[in-house]
Amino acid sequence: MPERRVIRNISIGDLIHYRLPVPGVLSILHRISGALMFVLLPLCLWLFDLSVSSELSYQQLREVAGGWFVRIVLAALAWALVHHLLAGIRFLSLDLDLGVHLPAARRSAWIVIALSLPLAIWFALMIFGVL
Amino acid sequence: MSIGARRLVVGAHYGLRDWLVQRASAAVLLVYLIALAVCVVSARPIDYQAWAAIFVPLAMKIATLIAFVALAYHAWIGMRDIWMDYIRSTAIRLVLQLGTIIWLAACLVWAVQILWKV
Repeated sequence: MPERRVIRNISIGDLIHYRLPVPGVLSILHRISGALMFVLLPLCLWLFDLSVSSELSYQQLREVAGGWFVRIVLAALAWALVHHLLAGIRFLSLDLDLGVHLPAARRSAWIVIALSLPLAIWFALMIFGVL
Repeated sequence: MSIGARRLVVGAHYGLRDWLVQRASAAVLLVYLIALAVCVVSARPIDYQAWAAIFVPLAMKIATLIAFVALAYHAWIGMRDIWMDYIRSTAIRLVLQLGTIIWLAACLVWAVQILWKV
């Protein structure tokens, strides 16, 4: 392993050199995915409104969700939900004192990533009509 | 409340409550999502009729509304934590926190309106 630079009081420039451990990556992604879903909550409600209001609005939803930009946003939302959900289950188990030691915590962080990325890709492929 | 020999935790004590509510609301959302997934899978093939029919029973409306309240509270604590961590200016932070509450409250009212229209 290469020598680690000791970094204290991180400034923006140090972020390139700072190697955040996997549980840390998971944690910041949990934040980012949560914030993304918070910001896009009205979009979700609007789509839900279209989906349940009438036969006509349901067709309208299919048209709206057919646009490439909306599809990208929906794929991002799908990733956010899957990641937030799986990482959330991990955080809940950590709160219950399950897997709090470093090796177990690292392993479960990798498991979350190993599950969430393929699942998100699978949802994205469905959203883009590939599957 | 003191923890250990040195650490004295003082304050309004709503931190622990919020922390706990965030976990409890997460559990509520998890259960709701599983229940919804079961409903969707058993209603296949999904077209408009089958999808909308899921939200017709009063029990499902209530469950969905409870899940949405849990979501709003959960999102409030999460966003509040984000503002507290990154926004140093008290004035800007308070404005953002107030905006978050209004944003979530508006979404909640909208969710009620959508649900009871089905």
